[in-house]
Amino acid sequence: MSATSPTSDPGGPLAAGRPVLELRGVTKEYEGNRVLKGVSLAVRAGEIHALVGENGAGKSTLMNILFGMPVIHETGGYGGDVLLNGAPVRFTQPVQAMAAGIGMVHQEFMLLPGFRVAENIKLNREPAHPSFLSPLFGRRLDSLDRKTMRGDARRALDRVGLDIDEWLPVAGLPVGHMQFIEIAREVDKTGLRLLIFDEPTAVLTESEAEKLLESMKAFSAAGVAVLFITHRLDEVKAVADRITVLRDGEVVGSAEPLDPRTTPVTRIAELMVGRPSAVVAEKRARVANADVALSVSGLRVEMPGEPVAEATFQVRRGEILGIGGLAGQGKLGIANGIMGLYPASGSVALEGVSFSLNDPRGALERGLAFVSEDRRGVGLLVEESVELNIALSALEAQGRFLKPFPIPALRSSDGGAIRAHAASMISRLDIRTTGPRQQVKRLSGGNQQKVCVARAMTLAPRLLFVSEPTRGIDVGAKERVLEILSGLNRDQGVTLVVTSSELAELRAICDRILIVYRGRIVADLAPGASDAEFGMAMAGETAHS
Amino acid sequence: MTGLRAFLKEAGVPRLIIAAFVIVLFGVAVATKMNLPSLVTDSIVRVARNGILVLALLPAIQGGVGLNFGLPLGILCGLIGCVLTLNWGVGGAAGLALASGIGAALAIPVGAGYGWLLNRTRGQEMMVGTYLGFAAVSGMSIFWLLAPFHNPTLVWAIAGKGLRTTLSLTGSFDKVLDRWMAFEVAGVTIPTGALLVFFGLCALVAWFFKTQMGITIAAARSNPRFARAAGISDQRTRIQATVFSTLLGAIGIVVYSQSFGFVQLYTAPLLMAFPAIACILIGGATVTRATVTHVVVGTFLFQSILTVALPVTSQVIQGDISETARLIIQNGMILYALTRVGSGK
Repeated sequence: MSATSPTSDPGGPLAAGRPVLELRGVTKEYEGNRVLKGVSLAVRAGEIHALVGENGAGKSTLMNILFGMPVIHETGGYGGDVLLNGAPVRFTQPVQAMAAGIGMVHQEFMLLPGFRVAENIKLNREPAHPSFLSPLFGRRLDSLDRKTMRGDARRALDRVGLDIDEWLPVAGLPVGHMQFIEIAREVDKTGLRLLIFDEPTAVLTESEAEKLLESMKAFSAAGVAVLFITHRLDEVKAVADRITVLRDGEVVGSAEPLDPRTTPVTRIAELMVGRPSAVVAEKRARVANADVALSVSGLRVEMPGEPVAEATFQVRRGEILGIGGLAGQGKLGIANGIMGLYPASGSVALEGVSFSLNDPRGALERGLAFVSEDRRGVGLLVEESVELNIALSALEAQGRFLKPFPIPALRSSDGGAIRAHAASMISRLDIRTTGPRQQVKRLSGGNQQKVCVARAMTLAPRLLFVSEPTRGIDVGAKERVLEILSGLNRDQGVTLVVTSSELAELRAICDRILIVYRGRIVADLAPGASDAEFGMAMAGETAHS
Repeated sequence: MTGLRAFLKEAGVPRLIIAAFVIVLFGVAVATKMNLPSLVTDSIVRVARNGILVLALLPAIQGGVGLNFGLPLGILCGLIGCVLTLNWGVGGAAGLALASGIGAALAIPVGAGYGWLLNRTRGQEMMVGTYLGFAAVSGMSIFWLLAPFHNPTLVWAIAGKGLRTTLSLTGSFDKVLDRWMAFEVAGVTIPTGALLVFFGLCALVAWFFKTQMGITIAAARSNPRFARAAGISDQRTRIQATVFSTLLGAIGIVVYSQSFGFVQLYTAPLLMAFPAIACILIGGATVTRATVTHVVVGTFLFQSILTVALPVTSQVIQGDISETARLIIQNGMILYALTRVGSGK
């Protein structure tokens, strides 16, 4: 089907005909954080080129650069070259990328729900006749040629194999259909040369995903270059002609793309995940025989973007349990559900005593605490002082730091006790601040995270959930936060459940790691398990490999 | 340079401009040999008179309901208290206490209902408050007219029914607080009682926001999602804040009336929220954050302008621009604060 041979071609892309798209040493920094470190890549006409990598590997940033998203230029542009049909281009607006023949099917839908299917497909490119107002006000007031619009839309929908009325409103259609409408819109653009799919099957059912892969093949057969971004290795195996693996902003494996027919899935998975960082923490075997601290069965959580379908697991007293998995698979939903932040069902027992879900106050009172992944949204009062942030949860849930008064709700806060406690936390966790009264929003991300941890520690929890402990904080602070967490466990025996997208950090501090895929726990691995095992589990491959 | 900028940021440009304006006005008053002690007395009396109505806005801001344009609801509760007290002929300090007590008691259910409504119309609190205030004032105008009061000192002399627009407090609790322990220093009369009540309530509010309940209310305002994670219902804290604000509004109008000497009914409460809001904003409050200091400073600045501008301007330019200045400052200040709603985050 593919026009080019996927076998190794030592002469590089030029030897096999000019690539439609070529990236040469593309680099990108966000505020000193290098997310792309010289990515080179070539996509030829008529091939399906898969770009795989974990969350945070730099895939989305690369696509933003290709598509000229404003966020790139607002943050200082990028380094290296992008060549389209051999000519260097540098898009600053998506419109320019579209005009050059690049189509993009987004991970999140960019459709207007109140508009009809055909209107969405033809938006801003509508065929039109001059109307009576046009001579006065120009082309923007031409009247639309609805018949041609419907016809064009119909043809585009037929090409992607979507059998729905083109005159229906988009709102209310199943998400799977929306994805195909997105594709139909790109297909309808004339002069399409490169079509980018950014994790297109994330929201589709299996049969819809199959249909999508079929239409992807049809495009490449028609000579369109397809760049397929995904982390689902089975799909890559099924359709890709060549594979490039991206990790930490770099192309890994070999300089040349991999051939899916000769590369085992396990090898791809291994490349995606990489080896754990040099931080090798001592591992303990004692917890294997400890009592069960938390037992969860049949947990279901309706957290948008991170739904949990059915999670059953146990946490042993004194252990650090890791929960890993790719974004959107539901790993974050577990802690949020148990803590009552999103509607949840199932049964949960702490030290043998079961408690009701959907009750944040009850969870706190039973001795659970939570450091949220959404630090600024849920974890902190950014406008308030460091000391209030540290003391508040204990003051609310446990009535600590209050002076006696006949009416409980009107007990006044004990400023001195709060100040002293905050000061001790600041020195213990090495929070870099000008003092306990500084506003939290003035602190760096790492120090804000330490404030969150301090708040949770103040509750003296029996079990502490920590989600994405190092998200968005710099490297030095990451190490420090991880040290604090393992120290909390080691020295004070706090049982920890750490949820993270960074497998390396889970492997560095956890005693055991659960991998979540499509809202279910698919693997329970030791931190020392092989890269391949982790990679396969995260791609949902354990069941049938 | 950075020191100056930090100072400007700390003090707030509008606050500095208004403070400078007040100083200039006093300067002109001295230069034109006006009766300075009487101007100062008037300023202080007006601070004590209006202060509690300004303070009433603070719980609403701290509770995340924004500027309480629905303040007339609390004011109407207080007015009912005043009218009933007058009708029963209770005078003096007892009358004042009775009127405040009735007003406060009525304000609790009214504030709870108002808070419930604000929870249903989240994000539009100021608009809803304004309209609800207008509607309530109009509705109560009908009540004043139809309510079965027969005390001849209260009802229209000719018709024999329907309350008059202005009821005199002479012989009842007229200036009970203003006169209590009042003394004179350098020609300036200090309304000790009224000031004490104002500062006392300020201290009470400041204390309240240090209690568990107060901290809960402020935390829910600061970050509703954080609050939910801590097991706090921000719907409830918003209602509590609204009740507190309405209650202070009711007490505020009773104290206002005793100082003014009259109870003003019908459309008088219609626009009373606006000058109060201007005061707290001039003091440096924002739509999302206010302190007792903002209340005191703002009330002093704004009321001083109103007191001094009239005699000074009529002296200097042979005309009255004080009303114009009041409207410009009052509404300009509200507008300015609203433009800053988003940037404060």
